[in-house]
Amino acid sequence: MITIEVNGRKVRANPKETILTVLKREGIKVPTLCHLPDLFPTGACRLCVVEIEGIRGLVPSCAYPVSEGMKIKTHSPRALRARKTIIELLLSNHPDDCLYCVRNGDCELQSLAEELGIRERRYTGAKNEYKIDTSSPAIIRDPAKCILCGKCVRVCEEIQGVAAIDFIGRGSRAQVGPAFNEGMNISSCVNCGQCIVVCPTGALRERSSIKEVMDAIADPEKFVVVQHAPSVSVTLGEAFGIKAGKDVMGIMAAAMRRVGFDRVFDTSFAADLTIMEEASEFVQRLKNNGKLPLLTSCSPGWIKFVETFYPEFIDNLSSCKSPQQMMGAVIKSYFAEKEGIDPAKIFSVSVMPCTAKKFEAERPELIHHGIADVDAVLTTRELARIIRMRGLDLKNMTPEGNDSPFGERSSAGKLFGVTGGVMEAAVRTAHYLVTGKEMEDYVVEDLRGLEGIKITKIKIGDLELGLAVASGLGNVRNLLDEIRAGRDDIHFIEVMTCPGGCIAGGGQPLAADQKAIKSRMKSLYEIDRDASIKTSHSNPYIQRLYSEYLGQPLSEKCHHLLHTKYQKRDVLK
Amino acid sequence: MTTQILSILKKYPDSSRDALIPILQEVQEAEGYLSRESIARIGEHLKLPTSKIYGVATFYNQFRFQPLGKYHIQVCRGTACHVKGSAKVLDALKRELKIDAGETTRDGLFSLEVVSCIGACGLAPVISINGEFFAGVEADKVKKILKKFRKKGASNGK
Repeated sequence: MITIEVNGRKVRANPKETILTVLKREGIKVPTLCHLPDLFPTGACRLCVVEIEGIRGLVPSCAYPVSEGMKIKTHSPRALRARKTIIELLLSNHPDDCLYCVRNGDCELQSLAEELGIRERRYTGAKNEYKIDTSSPAIIRDPAKCILCGKCVRVCEEIQGVAAIDFIGRGSRAQVGPAFNEGMNISSCVNCGQCIVVCPTGALRERSSIKEVMDAIADPEKFVVVQHAPSVSVTLGEAFGIKAGKDVMGIMAAAMRRVGFDRVFDTSFAADLTIMEEASEFVQRLKNNGKLPLLTSCSPGWIKFVETFYPEFIDNLSSCKSPQQMMGAVIKSYFAEKEGIDPAKIFSVSVMPCTAKKFEAERPELIHHGIADVDAVLTTRELARIIRMRGLDLKNMTPEGNDSPFGERSSAGKLFGVTGGVMEAAVRTAHYLVTGKEMEDYVVEDLRGLEGIKITKIKIGDLELGLAVASGLGNVRNLLDEIRAGRDDIHFIEVMTCPGGCIAGGGQPLAADQKAIKSRMKSLYEIDRDASIKTSHSNPYIQRLYSEYLGQPLSEKCHHLLHTKYQKRDVLK
Repeated sequence: MTTQILSILKKYPDSSRDALIPILQEVQEAEGYLSRESIARIGEHLKLPTSKIYGVATFYNQFRFQPLGKYHIQVCRGTACHVKGSAKVLDALKRELKIDAGETTRDGLFSLEVVSCIGACGLAPVISINGEFFAGVEADKVKKILKKFRKKGASNGK
């Protein structure tokens, strides 16, 4: 430990730490725009500059290590003036359309302008005429609003291992975009939306489906059904100032009804359905020497990643549709028949923690004779906007339940929201399918936690199985490369596109730190701990769906409704 | 076309990103520009994403992404030419050809490039078309020069 002095106060620090790390721990807020925890600092935005005694220039605290006896002033007039000027310069070529911006009130640039007391326009710069890239079904790219902090570029490359975007050009004409500045839709982008999560402004945002959903609700001809993904109930509250991780399932369902949805279903039910199919597929592949390791298929960013970067693994992917699509399929078949509604009149909405789900819903394989499994996908953020738009006071609503027959779930299905959860759920059912008995302890501790890669072995009957769980696509690259090189001790791999899984998805409320994400995870584990039904196969509504309609898992009807195929994608990588 | 790239890449076995710029220069030298295919191939060779390569290449003025025109126009923007009004010459060329520097006209006849100094300061402002120098070019002379080459291009084509 060493001692440094911050604003005249003695502070203990570890050698080699950056100044910013120490300041954060001490509760001293120095603003940043380009800083990403856990990644190598770039020092691009210079907002975190501080004054250090004996050093002539201002020093970027994110990239400068502490040393014994260092005397730091974090908010000296000089540092403050520098920060203010940086923001003023950023504003000088920023479009002045905050009132029309999706990030209005939730923008880092806007709040820094306010915090630093910018009240007049000191610089008026030339503005670039950029086209907005609306080509992607998931992500809108608006270069005019970009402040070139580079966080999206780094997340895409260093965390996700995709590198679909980079800086293009130089100086005042620099912008961020895919190779040849083409549309995002034909790039290697997997639509995960992690770039949106780190974007400090509205330069990257989801393609909104709010209007089409509200139009459908207002249309008396349409029967509008909504499903909500497992992780949404533990994140939505944050958008309304409720503590991170708090499960707001009941009030969310109530709010959805007030918004005007005719039925509220739980995607976790469809996750149970996915497990029935996927665990059966796994057992079948094990018994018949099928292609292994089996790769999960619930995360649409991951699917596109395989199709783009690792097409030789397409046959390893489970043929199961994702829970969103399975739910969509049974809504427009089983449910429609049961209720006597024309499937063409059903408008099926899903609320997802995810932007890639918007892309998935538009996949041509998942649309049959013009009828899509899912008609519109909202992110958690968009749902929050709709709730606010409708003037609903989420905090003071009386909790309600989901609707039958797709409203009851096992806690295994709920675990789909966190990395490792799909695997845990699958193991519970695979164990039952292989041995005919339930597991003694359902929790597989090695599969829990936020680590990017988790590998373990379990015994099911006489079988010893190697299981791997990866989240954050960058983490899965090494594993796939090892398997390509001949590693054969792993039988089943769960991959979630976003680091930590859906609880940290690209469609979740913004500005969540690692602590908030841990709370979301903990909440899902608590739901599992306290649940009475902990396995997908013991969900009575799942059993009924099979006995009344689907027959056995992997039946012909199941293949028709619940399974899909994938395609190699030839794009610039 | 591809064989050319392959023979260039062969000269850089087991290379990493530090070989990127020399490779880009050689490929452009060989092909006149950087095509999608060549960038993709360089990416595979160096294990670099194409977005990164495009990012590096667009950082420098020397790289172009469209094939050279039949007549390649270089506009000197060196100090002497600048003083003598080369900015206006460049504007006139852009206006006449309806392209930006680094681009090629749709008919493939002309391509435009901005260069720093071509060492002919005595002739400022100067442009070079396929190596032929034009001295003391003024904005209103541009039309005439282009007309000459258009005529030449059309008669050659027939």
